Amino acid sequence: MPALCRDCLTSFPGPETAPGAVAVPATPLRCPACRSPRVVSHPELESLGIAHMDCDAFYASVEKRDNPELRDKPVIVGGGRRGVVTTACYIARIRGVRSAMPMFKALRLCPEAVIVKPRFEVYVETSRAIRQMMEDLTPAVEPLSLDEAFMDLTGTARLHGHPPAVMLAGLIKRMQSELGIAGSIGLSHNKFLAKIASDLDKPRGFSVIGVAETDAFLRDRPVRLLSGVGDSFQSALDAAGIRTFADLLRWDRADLAARFGSGGDRLWHLARGIDRRPVSARATVKSISNETTFAEDISDPELLDGHLWRLAEKVSDRAKAQDRAGRVVMLKLKSADYAVLTRRLSLREPTQMADTIYRTAAGLYQQLDRRGPWRLIGTGLSDIVQAADADRSGDLLDQGAERRNRAERATDAIRRKFGKDAIVKGRSLR
Amino acid sequence: MKISIERGTLLKAVAQAQSVVERRNTIPILANVLIEADANSVSFRATDLDIEVVDKTVAHVERPGATTVSAVTLHEIVRKLPDGALVQLTDDGTSGRLTVEAGRSNFALATLPKEDFPVMASSEYQSNFSAPAPVLRRLFDKSKFAISTEETRYYLNGVYMHVAEAEDGRMLRCVATDGHRLARIDTPLPEGAADMPGVIVPRKTVGELRKLLDDDDAEIAVSVSETKVRFATPEITLTSKVIDGTFPDYTRVIPMGNTRRLEVDAQEFAKAVDRVATVSSERSRAVKLSLDEDRLILSVNAPDSGAAEEELAVAYADEKLEIGFNAKYLLEIASQVDRENAVFMFNSSGDPTLMREGNDSSAVYVVMPMRV
Repeated sequence: MPALCRDCLTSFPGPETAPGAVAVPATPLRCPACRSPRVVSHPELESLGIAHMDCDAFYASVEKRDNPELRDKPVIVGGGRRGVVTTACYIARIRGVRSAMPMFKALRLCPEAVIVKPRFEVYVETSRAIRQMMEDLTPAVEPLSLDEAFMDLTGTARLHGHPPAVMLAGLIKRMQSELGIAGSIGLSHNKFLAKIASDLDKPRGFSVIGVAETDAFLRDRPVRLLSGVGDSFQSALDAAGIRTFADLLRWDRADLAARFGSGGDRLWHLARGIDRRPVSARATVKSISNETTFAEDISDPELLDGHLWRLAEKVSDRAKAQDRAGRVVMLKLKSADYAVLTRRLSLREPTQMADTIYRTAAGLYQQLDRRGPWRLIGTGLSDIVQAADADRSGDLLDQGAERRNRAERATDAIRRKFGKDAIVKGRSLR
Repeated sequence: MKISIERGTLLKAVAQAQSVVERRNTIPILANVLIEADANSVSFRATDLDIEVVDKTVAHVERPGATTVSAVTLHEIVRKLPDGALVQLTDDGTSGRLTVEAGRSNFALATLPKEDFPVMASSEYQSNFSAPAPVLRRLFDKSKFAISTEETRYYLNGVYMHVAEAEDGRMLRCVATDGHRLARIDTPLPEGAADMPGVIVPRKTVGELRKLLDDDDAEIAVSVSETKVRFATPEITLTSKVIDGTFPDYTRVIPMGNTRRLEVDAQEFAKAVDRVATVSSERSRAVKLSLDEDRLILSVNAPDSGAAEEELAVAYADEKLEIGFNAKYLLEIASQVDRENAVFMFNSSGDPTLMREGNDSSAVYVVMPMRV
C-alpha cells in the first residue's frame, strides 16, 4: 500500500493490509528517508483526487505568526467586550473555547486568553496567497471561505509528475514555510467525503477516505456530519428515526424524497457515498454585506447614520474590488433584545456605489416603525451581477445622483493613489 | 335574502369584486363580497380598505336582505357555471350559509355577518365633473407604464392627476414616473374640474378603473377630494383613497431645450429595437442608437451573448450622436405612439431625451439614457 512522508514528501511502499479495511497501521510507520513519523498510507493514496483544505484556527494562526509573543498563549480573535469569538487558537480550544461563543463566556473558561481584534485585510491577503498556491496545483479551486477550499486534482499526476496526495502534502508544507499557516487536508473521491476527511485529524491532519472503505466509514457516523443538516433538519430526521448513515440506508429513495423533498434525495445519495457536485472554480457570490455590533446600544439617528455610511462604503469597496454589483440593497438591525430585523429593496438597476447603497438603506431605515435602541446595524448587496451592468442610467428625479457618482469615482481614484484615508466624507466621521 | 340573477351579469359583478379583494389578508371579512338586495336591484360591494367597488345590477329579488361570502369562491363558482344559466342566491338568515343554485348545481357557502363588513366613509368631494370614457382611458393608459414600483418612493406608486397650465390653456393632466422614464398626458379641462385638487391615484386603482372604461360611449362621473377619488358609471362606483404624499416637481425634469431632432416611424422603430435587443444581456437590455445624417443604427454589444445591428432610414439633420437606452423603456414609449411618427428630441448622451407624437405636445415622454 502506498505511503507518503508529509515532511520530506518521499513516497514509499507501506505495509500491506486487506483491501477494504480501514487503514490504521498497528505500529507507527516512519519515513525511510527522514525517519519522520508524519506518514500517511492508504491503498488508494495515489488514485484519489478530490481534496478539501482547511486552515487550522486561521485567524488565530495569522495573529500568532505576526506577533510571536502570542505563540504559546491562548489567543481569541473576536470583537470587543460584547462580541463573540470569531476564532480561538488550539490552546484556547483545549480550555473549551469555541467559535461563535459569547466573549464573556470564553473569558470565564479561559481568563488569561489574549483577545485580538480581527484584522480582516491581513486575513484576506493571506487567504489570497494560499489561494494562489492552490491554483498552482489545479485551476479547479472552489473557495468556501477565506480559510477553506475544495480542489480537484484529478488528472494532474502527469503534469506534476506526482500523484495529488504528494502535491497536497507539498501545499501544506509550503503554506507553513512561506506563510506560517498550518492546515489540514481531506482527500477522497468526492467533495462531501473530502470535507468530512479534513476534519478527522485536525490540526495539521491528512486524512484519506477511499472508495473501498466509504460504506464502512459512513455506516456508524451521525447524519449531522453533513453540512446543511442543522438543528431543524436534524429534528425532522430524528422524528423519522434517522440518526446514522446506516439508518438512512434502510430507507427507500422515493420515501426519502417524499418525506424530505429534494434534501431527501440528496441524503439517499450521500448515504451511499455518492456526491456528484463538481469542484467549481466559479462559485457564485450570493451577497456582499457588512455589519457592526456597537459597544453600547445606539438610538441616536446621527450616530447610526455615520455607521450606515461607513458600512455602505465597506460594502461598496468590496463590490468594486470584486468587479461586482448588486440589484438588492439589504438593511439589517438587531435590537437591544436581540430581535433581528431585515429589510430589502430591489433597485431598478444593479449598483456598486456607496452613495446608492447608503441612500437606499437609509430610506429603508426611515420606513421602520421602530427607532431603536439597536445593538447592531448592517447593510449589503445581494442578487449579485457583473459590474458592467451596474449604475448605467441616471435618475430623472435625482439629477444630483450622477454628480455624486462621479464624485465617488474620483474619490476612489484618489484613495487608490494616496491611501484609504486620503479623502473621506464628513458623514463618515460621525 | 333570495334573488335570481343571470349568470353573465353576476359574473361581471363578482369578477370586479374579487379583483379588488386582497389575496393575502388577515382579516377574514375583507375576503368577502357584501351582497345587498333591495326591491329590484342587487349591489355587490368589495374593499381592501383602500379601494371600494360597488356594482349595482338589476335582478329578480324575491326577498330583500344582505350577507357576505368569499368573493374568490363565489367568482370561481359562477365562472364555472354554464353560460346563460339563471343563478339563485338564497340566505335564510339563520344557517350561516348562502346557497348558490343553478340548474342541477347546488353550493352552500359560509357567510359572515353583513354588520362586520367595513364600508368606506363617505367624503366631501371638492370637485365633481364628468368625462367620456375614451378620454380617461387615454390619460391613464398612456401614463400607467411609467408608474414606479419602488416602495421607498411611495409617492411615485401612482398616476398624478391634476390641473395644469399648458400652452393651449388649462389642462387635465396625468403624470407618472419611476425616475427612469416619465409620461405626461394632457386633455382639455372638463367643465367643473378647475378646482380639482391634485391627487396621486394608486397603481391598483388605475388597474381597477380601467375596467370601467371599455365602453366608448360611457360617461364617467369623477369626484375628487384631497384624500379620495371616485369614478362612477351608472352601475359601478369605484372609490379609492389617494396616495398621501407630494408628487415631485416633474416640470423641471422635462427637457425643453433639446435641439437634436429625430423623426422615425414608431412601429418600425419599435420592431427594430425589439429585434436587436434579443441578444442584449438579460439584466441591462442596453441598446445603442448611433445617429448620423438621416440614418439611425441600432446596436447591441453584449460580451456574454453576442452582438446585433440594424439600420433604419430616419429624418435626422443634426450632429452625430451616440446614446444608449434600456430597450424595454424605448419599446414602452414607442408603443404609446399610435397615429403619427415618433419624434425624439436629444441633447447629449448623458441628458434626458424627450419623445412625442409628431408635434403633438399633449402626450410627452421623457426617458433617461444609459451608459453603453
